[in-house]
Amino acid sequence: MPNSSYEKLTATFFSIVAGILVGGLVLKIAGLPVGEAYLVMFNSMFSRANYVAHIIVKSTPLILTGLSVAFAFRTGLFNIGAEGQFIIGATTAALAGYFLDLHPLLEIPLVLLLAVFVSALWGGIAGLLKAHFAVHEVISTIMLNWTAFYLQNYLVMLEGFRRPNSEASNSINVSASLTFFENWKYSDAGILWLEKHPLLADFLRAPVNGGIIIALLAAIFCYIILHKTSLGFSLRAVGHNADAAEYGGIKVKQKMTTSMLIAGALAGAAGATHVMGVSRNIAILASMEGYGFDGIAVALIGGSGAWGPILAGLFFGALKYSGSKLQAALEAPSEVIYIMIGVIVFFTAMPKLFGKISDLIKKRRAHAR
Amino acid sequence: MSEVIVELKNITKRFGSFLANDNLSLSIKKGEIHALLGENGAGKSTLMNILYGLVSPTSGEIFLHGKKVEIKNSLQAISLGIGMVHQHFMLIETFTVTENIVLGRETSRYGLLLDLPQAEHAIQKISAEFGPAVNPRAKISEISVGMQQRVEIIKALYHQAEILILDEPTAVLTPLEIEEFGKIIKRLSSLGKTIIIITHKLKEIKALADRCTIICKGKLVDTVEVAQTSEQELAYKMVGRKVEFKFNKTPPSSQKKILSLQNIVALNKRGLPALQNLSIELYTGEILGIAGIDGNGQSELAEILTGLRAIESGKIEKNGEDITNKSPANLFLKKISSIPEDRQKRGLVLDFSVAENMILQTHHLPPFSRLGFLQKDQIEKHALQLIERFDVRPPQADGLTSALSGGNQQKVIIARELSHDPDILIAVQPTRGLDVGAIEYVHRALIALRSQGKAILLISLELDEIINLSDKIAVIFDGKIVANMDALDADEKKIGLLMAGGSLHA
Amino acid sequence: MLDSILFILSTTLMYSAPLIFAAIGGVLSENTGVVNIGLEGMMAFGAFVGAATTSLCGNPWIGLGAAGMAGLLLALLHAWASIHMAANQVVSGIAINFLGTGLSVFACRILFEGSTMTPPIPLENKIPPLFFGQYATVYLALGLVFFTHIFLYKTIWGPRWRAVGEHPKAAESVGINVYQIRYLAVLASGFCAGLGGASLSIAVVSSFRPTLIAGQGFIALAAVIFGRWRPMGAMWAALLFGASQALVVFVGGQAAIEISSQILSMLPYLLTLLILVFMNKKSAAPKANGISYQRN
Repeated sequence: MPNSSYEKLTATFFSIVAGILVGGLVLKIAGLPVGEAYLVMFNSMFSRANYVAHIIVKSTPLILTGLSVAFAFRTGLFNIGAEGQFIIGATTAALAGYFLDLHPLLEIPLVLLLAVFVSALWGGIAGLLKAHFAVHEVISTIMLNWTAFYLQNYLVMLEGFRRPNSEASNSINVSASLTFFENWKYSDAGILWLEKHPLLADFLRAPVNGGIIIALLAAIFCYIILHKTSLGFSLRAVGHNADAAEYGGIKVKQKMTTSMLIAGALAGAAGATHVMGVSRNIAILASMEGYGFDGIAVALIGGSGAWGPILAGLFFGALKYSGSKLQAALEAPSEVIYIMIGVIVFFTAMPKLFGKISDLIKKRRAHAR
Repeated sequence: MSEVIVELKNITKRFGSFLANDNLSLSIKKGEIHALLGENGAGKSTLMNILYGLVSPTSGEIFLHGKKVEIKNSLQAISLGIGMVHQHFMLIETFTVTENIVLGRETSRYGLLLDLPQAEHAIQKISAEFGPAVNPRAKISEISVGMQQRVEIIKALYHQAEILILDEPTAVLTPLEIEEFGKIIKRLSSLGKTIIIITHKLKEIKALADRCTIICKGKLVDTVEVAQTSEQELAYKMVGRKVEFKFNKTPPSSQKKILSLQNIVALNKRGLPALQNLSIELYTGEILGIAGIDGNGQSELAEILTGLRAIESGKIEKNGEDITNKSPANLFLKKISSIPEDRQKRGLVLDFSVAENMILQTHHLPPFSRLGFLQKDQIEKHALQLIERFDVRPPQADGLTSALSGGNQQKVIIARELSHDPDILIAVQPTRGLDVGAIEYVHRALIALRSQGKAILLISLELDEIINLSDKIAVIFDGKIVANMDALDADEKKIGLLMAGGSLHA
Repeated sequence: MLDSILFILSTTLMYSAPLIFAAIGGVLSENTGVVNIGLEGMMAFGAFVGAATTSLCGNPWIGLGAAGMAGLLLALLHAWASIHMAANQVVSGIAINFLGTGLSVFACRILFEGSTMTPPIPLENKIPPLFFGQYATVYLALGLVFFTHIFLYKTIWGPRWRAVGEHPKAAESVGINVYQIRYLAVLASGFCAGLGGASLSIAVVSSFRPTLIAGQGFIALAAVIFGRWRPMGAMWAALLFGASQALVVFVGGQAAIEISSQILSMLPYLLTLLILVFMNKKSAAPKANGISYQRN
């Protein structure tokens, strides 16, 4: 269906244009210089290697939670629970990274696997409840999000894990760190070498880490599972038509659970890479951080192909990072990017609108002739 | 009697490039029962939807009592005294009879608060006029289909309909209910109501209607006085050619018992008994037809044989092997295939390509999957072979299945199921909603399978189909097989009586 | 002892009121067949507009009205997309959530010199207590439940609204304007959610801040489902969630009780899950919920 995916692509493109236009309009109404604001945003995306690095870092969890939501979508499930699965992944990674102290080659995969495994189970709960007790996944994942939220806050404060006199946990061991050249770049030799290579130095000033590689691998993994394996075939069959899948001998309940397990694993990987690559620890949460909710937007904008979630994640990450620069440069609220994202998602909800508009254009053209 | 109450003049309706109604004109007399006859998709329902304001015509005029009217929506139609009973009832299952009837025209206190008792009274009065009473407080989900239809009729009368349009009113009724329905219609007509019945059942037209208008492919064929026209003539006008449904079959060759169902008890999806001590035996090389009115356990019978429903008690054996309550995947491996009742709900994943649908049950097996990975070339090759053998059009393996016509979708299912080389085929309503050509195709495919010595269980609501195709016929009523007979001894009247729960010896 | 019970009871009511408002909004919208997952965004926007208006003009009632209108404005977008554009209602709702929270903080920074918090509203300008020291919004919320119940089940419009949510085609066939009713319901839903937001920002607390709503809209949504799409049911569910917040506050104030407030906070969510597992499996959702309706 080259035609329909072409149409999807144009619809996404126009949604993004609409988002930028409305964002501009809002800035204009607020009395802010629109052109300048967008210039600031553009520059803070591409003008320095450091910015690009920051965007990659910011995008990593978004790509992964986006993949998580998109994966569940393909099985007909709406994973609002990426938020909670992220928290569980982060908490597990923080615990394992702190209490385990092994050789990095052993520690990193072990911490990551543990986090992914536990968050997969967490996601799987929602699948299981849906499959066997007909509990709607939207409500169960909302409940699980809050359970995860308070669980993290509880665990952070446990003696032995809590960093004394703080509202955060102890940091993970360096052996669990995903950050590239973390020790080296602050060592004498590293500083010396980097002085001669300013571009790389600028790039490495951001907490660039292995998370992005994990995110890219995960995207490829999702694509292969969904489109190249018989498991993916059955998952998609359930998503499109569970009745026909059942008739065709596919174990629908089992597939729902499987799908949520995988979705949980992906969102958990987001939490784990965030702790292992960026934050080092977890802290008391005052409110939901929004990685999972942002992932919903990424999934909706990016679709479920191989590249869509990566590009959408990078796009969202770039907006988030450049939006944060607005405040300092122009005193323009960075939240304008959430308005833009909202508008983009809003338009992607209405494929019919683009059909109507293109019909109108065709009619106009026909009239002109 | 002879006053013309409705006149449709030169009605044309286009849906995109499709011409549903082509310059149709029609006049209906007050107090008559007027039948609209035509095949599926002939444009009968579209025409009536135009009269009821649900569809606006591309061109044409409507006159009521000689006055030109424009009916923009159903509210207007109702206020003009037109009522319509749709094929799929417009009833809200969670509401009571009364709530459904008064919807949009509620009786109230102070024009604000619902006053249902007042309406209940009126409803009982209306319903007493022409038939057995309905319980105004019963929930729709709890009453029979025949009763639901009566609610629809009362609803129209409550809205003061003078003209009543009935779309395929008997499709879902039992013979007894049909009889009752006939009486109601006659009674309404004698009360001066004008009745328009959309149907493709010739017998009912003969039994009920005064006049009949035949429509074919959106065009008017003729309007005739029913009393002066034979069924054969009506049929000829409807189809535009003579239809021969009889097949010449060789007598079954090898006859070996392959499937037996013993004292099966199963529940329906509401948890009520659907199959009650049902027993069936199926032999190789034969087609066993299950005749019955919709809702007597046919769906459940098909579901227990395809693993979609568990039985409460009883035993299912294939070649002496116990296959009771096996999963769909398991039954597939036992070489039992099926053409499901609802091809779009069960049979196909419409958003999948044709090739993907062709491997719905086998996607995880070689050669389509190796080590868990799909083998694209094999899948496509397989699909193209089947597409060619079963003449699926358009012949594209990667096209979306939803883009195919109903007949071609059915071919995809048949192709897939026969490609599994089943020992037993469960065919449930295999020709539902198909056009004449496609029906013939499906019938030939079933006969061919029988000639190969396979066993076929044909479950159908079309009695003609059962009688024409089957070697043996079993009549199902209320979840039980009430009679077994050789197809050669079968006659429609006898089976019809049994289907309705009657007894031959009473 | 009696004091403790009274404290928990009144705190429960206070925390439940915002949830009740939003949940009733959800009940109204979803009973006509439009899923409203955007309650969160509508609440946030209502909370901000309510607090901002009150702190600018000094009258909480004007603030409350403005908050309702703010929710209604966002609901208008959702209604247009869901009803006229046959949008995916869940996706549109998610968009509303981004828009609502984004717009609130954006406008807050513009109006209040870069601050993400509105200036605190002095006590005399907050929504006043009515009886028994409870804010007027609490009684308003309970009144709304009562009114919605009467409306949906006792007036002549109730069956029409519910018919639109169950079987829009049947409703239209007897002349009910499906689009009109869905618009009204979604707008009412937004208005209620806006009130819910404001009942937090100008009654429970005295300002808007970005973390104020954080998830309340989703909990209200859960209350709708948990309450089986009925106003009374949604109210009880909202009270359950409110009670847990109250309990946390209560225990936090008791030196004698040593339960982690985090574990305590978790309980209502786990309890809800548990109840859902054992609840009747048959869904009580309106049959046409979430399905767009195309007029001929």
